[in-house]
Amino acid sequence: MSILPRTGAASGADVLIALRHVSKSYRRGGQIIPVVSDITFDIRRAEFLALMGPSGSGKSTLLNLIAGIDTPDGGSITMGGADITRLPEAELADWRAANVGFIFQFYNLMPVLTALENVELPLTLTRLGRRDRRERALLALDLVGLSDRVRHFPSELSGGQQQRVAIARAIVTDPTVLVADEPTGDLDRQSAEDVLAIMQRLNREMGKTIVMVTHDRRAAEHARSIMQLEKGELSQRVELPHD
Amino acid sequence: MRLLLAYSLRNLRTRKITTALTAGGMALVLFVFAAVLMLDSGLKQTLVSTGEDANAIFVRRSAEVEIQSMVDRRQAGIIESQPEVLLGSDGAPVVSKEVVVLIALPRQGSGQTSNIVTRGVGAAVLTLRPKIHIAKGRMFRPGSNEIMIGGALVGRFTGLQEGSTLRFAQRDWQVVGQFDAGGSGFDSEIWGDNAQFMQAFRRDAYSSVVVRLASRAGFNSIKARLESDRRLTVEAKREGVFYEEQSRLMSGFIQILGVTLSVLFSVGAVIGATITMYAAVASRKREIGALRALGFRRSSILVAFLAEAMLLGMVGWVVGLSLASLMMLVKVTTLNWASLSELAFRFVLTPGIVLQSLCFAIVMGFLGGFLPALRASRMKIVDALRAN
Ligand SMILES: Nc1ncnc2c1ncn2[C@@H]1O[C@H](COP(=O)(O)OP(=O)(O)O)[C@@H](O)[C@H]1O
Ligand SMILES: [Mg+2]
Repeated sequence: MSILPRTGAASGADVLIALRHVSKSYRRGGQIIPVVSDITFDIRRAEFLALMGPSGSGKSTLLNLIAGIDTPDGGSITMGGADITRLPEAELADWRAANVGFIFQFYNLMPVLTALENVELPLTLTRLGRRDRRERALLALDLVGLSDRVRHFPSELSGGQQQRVAIARAIVTDPTVLVADEPTGDLDRQSAEDVLAIMQRLNREMGKTIVMVTHDRRAAEHARSIMQLEKGELSQRVELPHD
Repeated sequence: MRLLLAYSLRNLRTRKITTALTAGGMALVLFVFAAVLMLDSGLKQTLVSTGEDANAIFVRRSAEVEIQSMVDRRQAGIIESQPEVLLGSDGAPVVSKEVVVLIALPRQGSGQTSNIVTRGVGAAVLTLRPKIHIAKGRMFRPGSNEIMIGGALVGRFTGLQEGSTLRFAQRDWQVVGQFDAGGSGFDSEIWGDNAQFMQAFRRDAYSSVVVRLASRAGFNSIKARLESDRRLTVEAKREGVFYEEQSRLMSGFIQILGVTLSVLFSVGAVIGATITMYAAVASRKREIGALRALGFRRSSILVAFLAEAMLLGMVGWVVGLSLASLMMLVKVTTLNWASLSELAFRFVLTPGIVLQSLCFAIVMGFLGGFLPALRASRMKIVDALRAN
């Protein structure tokens, strides 16, 4: 698979998330460490974007800002015209529940809940009744090929299976955007392929917008576009041709 | 909500040993708390059930207990001839003119002496107090040196049983029967003929006069009339009220002591719960971060961890109350402060105690869980997710 450079600019119509002059620094022992500085770019609807870069380059920080679990020091992040950086704490939580699906490197499933219950968990934040929740959770687990593991606890599942449960949990609320931070970072090659194939399918067949952080080129090649983050600055977007 | 509750409950179940230890500390406190309240309610029940509301008791004005009281024969005669007093089938008023004297008897085993109430009663006493019945032997014969003993005395005092002879007031008394007063204070008394007791103890006045009222409503009129009668120096009370008042001082003391002890102990249990919950929060940072990322608000995290701590308290409650309820099998004796005599009673578990101890358990859990839950809810999501 070859990587051919194309234009990185998004046309105005299909922009889903717009970042404008976003910067974030952390304070460590009286010292201020800038992590991302003055970043401006768009994420298009139905895009599958891979954010790449060396360790410590600020990929996770940028992703956390997009996902609304961290707030920038400056700049704005808008989605559907609303600036999420201005939302108060509780409203931001509701916004995440409705709009963001999370896939973490270490799955972060609740160990005391079964696969089904883990997937059902974010639905308890919706108005769905118990039966509907159950039904949708089962559907999501079916989508990631784990229909036969619904009563299993995370400790009874392999890493790859746990990550698939996490994907089911991320998509069960039908969020606007999926964010994934090194989703294959803890998986063997085969499991990683399975997980990436599912994400690819979610993007192509269901039009899910996905932002994935990875430092693994092979993982990034499953995306449709790649951006490089280095020393707090973002490179041009590279579009990947797929079949 | 159900799922979040299951989350809290299962986390407790997962760390069985810490849960058991922490809940055990709370259980101990709740055991003490419930046991003391059971003691109090048992004592109250015993004393209160001693009196009958259909009876009126007359004692010397401002005498709080019978041993302080004197009612002479002339006054007793006036009291029993009042129209409110029930007449028996023989046409005589249902009345018991009683003389109450403490005697010291050697206790079984230790040989140390304890005070016992001896009560000289009238022949109509069993009509007057229908809850009391002869359990063994028979009623003493009026005018004789025969006596009956209350069931709670058997086995507690040397040689005190039906058929034995007892020496007090320079006389020998024949124990001809044993009565059952349904666990009331009378069960710890010795009863005999009032005229015989007055002679033996060299008394010329009664301690109290108890009458059966023809109707409960008659109490107010007999009380009003006799208390304003210049010839009399008596005060009338419903018998039930009279004994309930006796229990107040002791009950108040037990309650204050019990609650103070429980609260002191609970400080330790609450600190234990706090430590446990802080550890739980620290070991589940990433979970907390993930929950927040999924859209659970800070308040939900607070509630989840508070619920976990309160559930911990409820586990302690179940264990503590179970242990305390075993105390119902235990029979205890204590000094009745009001009469300075021994009183036998049981621990009694009431619905009120079940509820009060549950509230106590939940409050302990809440207090223990509060700071850790607050910490959990205040963590920054990104920091929580970076924890390992
Ligand atoms: N919560 C934080 N507190 C302090 N420093 C942080 C925090 N998060 C990230 N950093 C620092 O910011 C830099 C970028 O981190 P991160 O976004 O995790 O990088 P990447 O995901 O690309 O490896 C690192 O130097 C990291 O130590
Ligand atoms: Mg990272």
